[in-house]
Amino acid sequence: MPVIWIIVAVLAIAGAGYILGRQRALARAGGDRRELHSLPSYYGSNVALKVAVPSFLLLIAWMIVQPFVVENAVSGMIPQSEIDEGSSLGLVMAEVRRAATGLENAVAQGVITEDFARNARADITDITQRLKDAGQIVTSDITQTILHAAQRYRLLSATGDMMMAIAVLLVALAGALWGLRESVPLFRARNAVERVMRAILVAAASVAILTTLGIVLSLIFNTIEFFRLYPAWDFFTGTNWAPSFSGRGGSSELGVLPLLWGTFYISLIALLVAVPIGLFSAIYLSEYASKHVRSIAKPMIEVLAGIPTIVYGLFALLTVGPLLLAVFGKEGLGWMQAGTAVMTAGLVMGVMLIPFVSSLSDDIINSVPQALRDGSFGLGATKSETIRQVVLPAALPGIVGAILLAASRAIGETMIVVLGAGAAARLSLNPFEAMTTVTAKIVSQLTGDADFASPEALVAFALGMTLFVITLGLNVLALYIVRKYREQYE
Amino acid sequence: MDQKDIKFRCHGVQVYYGDTHAIKDVDVDIEDKTVTAFIGPSGCGKSTFLRCLNRMNDTIASCRVEGDIRLDDEDIYHRDVDPVQLRAKVGMVFQKPNPFPKSIYDNVAYGPKIHGLAKNKAGLDEIVEKSLRRAALWDEVKDRLDTPGTGLSGGQQQRLCIARAVATEPEVLLMDEPCSALDPIATAQVEELIDELKQRFSVVIVTHSMQQAARVSQKTAFFHLGNLVEYDDTNSIFTNPQDPRTESYITGRIG
Repeated sequence: MPVIWIIVAVLAIAGAGYILGRQRALARAGGDRRELHSLPSYYGSNVALKVAVPSFLLLIAWMIVQPFVVENAVSGMIPQSEIDEGSSLGLVMAEVRRAATGLENAVAQGVITEDFARNARADITDITQRLKDAGQIVTSDITQTILHAAQRYRLLSATGDMMMAIAVLLVALAGALWGLRESVPLFRARNAVERVMRAILVAAASVAILTTLGIVLSLIFNTIEFFRLYPAWDFFTGTNWAPSFSGRGGSSELGVLPLLWGTFYISLIALLVAVPIGLFSAIYLSEYASKHVRSIAKPMIEVLAGIPTIVYGLFALLTVGPLLLAVFGKEGLGWMQAGTAVMTAGLVMGVMLIPFVSSLSDDIINSVPQALRDGSFGLGATKSETIRQVVLPAALPGIVGAILLAASRAIGETMIVVLGAGAAARLSLNPFEAMTTVTAKIVSQLTGDADFASPEALVAFALGMTLFVITLGLNVLALYIVRKYREQYE
Repeated sequence: MDQKDIKFRCHGVQVYYGDTHAIKDVDVDIEDKTVTAFIGPSGCGKSTFLRCLNRMNDTIASCRVEGDIRLDDEDIYHRDVDPVQLRAKVGMVFQKPNPFPKSIYDNVAYGPKIHGLAKNKAGLDEIVEKSLRRAALWDEVKDRLDTPGTGLSGGQQQRLCIARAVATEPEVLLMDEPCSALDPIATAQVEELIDELKQRFSVVIVTHSMQQAARVSQKTAFFHLGNLVEYDDTNSIFTNPQDPRTESYITGRIG
């Protein structure tokens, strides 16, 4: 029974449970809904929730656990001798799964019969040929062991699916009975539904947190793997970034410092552009602009935030780079070799960050109480004196928070760097030289065809982890400052 | 009571908020070195009128003021008058204490610094101390001048705001319900302060408390629905009101 039908069946039971629960509660109250503790619809919802929630949880859990169990049972069938030189159990198991899926699809297409698929004595060459004819890709010839394993895999999966359908439907029916038994006038259905609602909200919040945890864990394991192959000290203090692409050459130099420097330098230039412009436009919008101007200008600035960063990258490559080259290049001052440089990427990234700084700062400046401005005006201060000496100091912690958030955006930015700053990892003070950042190198290390177990590929995770720690630190700092700021007016 | 100089002469003042006519043809003369109280029910325009006197209404876009308001015979709505300069002469204390999120010292020094009243740090120190003493706050805060003004109690904050206003050496001090957010003890302290301040300035106070008006003011103006109903010595207003509306209000029958 396909999963979709199980879901439909559970929903049908839940729907029926809703109607029955509602009716039963009303009937038990003698048709007078004032006799009921809660509105009739709450009794119905209570039954529906008791049907749907446990059965869907079981369904999800079963679908996650079953492949592991089946795999475990089948992998015992594969003898050590079957695993080729340079291969692993995992690769053989992948082959088994492919064969099992192939059989499954072939049966579904009617090319082979169910009996034939289950026939343990089937001729291997014959079955390989038939699978190939059926358009089911078989990478290598199926061996006898793999065929047996695949057949067993199919069988176990089918049994598991059947058991899952039965178990889920039983749970759904049990939930319906449980909910219906509760549908008596004194039962506090409203409170019960309320509790379930809270649980659903908590679950939604947990998904976000668990995902973060999952990302961190996946980074950590690969990072540890990398440090087993490459010394951590050399990684963090190395001033040279020169990965070899010859596979497991071991001759790579993977020092993170040039990349961190590039990241820092480009972000610095970006912030030098974004902070003054963003802050000044925020001050103009919140303090000087008329309502009419503000209602037009603010959305227009925020449009900048909606432009995909790859488009900014194109802007850097095609417009800003050549423009800078014309002024600072060989024709002009002679400081610049090519259009791709720290300055190009930094300027464009700065433009990208303007809406972040201005929009957040604008909100923060607006939240400074009008009473403070009145107090300052009442003492004979001008508008700009009031802004400089009262409004901005009051908003400063929030503005710092906004700037730190912008900084962590800048550090994590990739596409503008790839297109605008070049690819050379370099420790240099000249902002007109090409440099590259941590993020850009993560992309280039993982998109090559290097072996995934080599330090050249695994270094991407160590880089990602480094970046994650830095931006996490910045975000925590920003949140801390913003929270401290909130306390002042509450 | 001997004849005093007139500080503010207001004639035919009209205020509009958009289409709403908030102040209707008000004539009032405010004497120097006197406490003048504006009383009346909520929404009668007394705060609006107060804010005309230092052009604080300029900060409200929809507000329009007509008529003639003269400070020392100078039209304050004349186009040559800089509202910023005017507000240095006509200080204001607001309903809710609004100390800046700065230290106590910087709160008081704010006005003098802007207007360049002190030649040096020592001069500034002197102004700060004098202003805090005048606001009867010096003894309570002299040991913690560098702590935030927002950390003081409500009554202390309001006296800090008065010290801040006094520090710029204004000629008139406008107070918009300065005690409405304070407890009775802090109110008593502020009222005592107002009594002392009138030695040096003209004080105009808007209040909802008729007892307060009776306690602190020498002149009282009663506003009702945007009209100035009656303006006289405080004693006369409270003992012998001429207008039936005033009588109803002070005896608690309306408002």
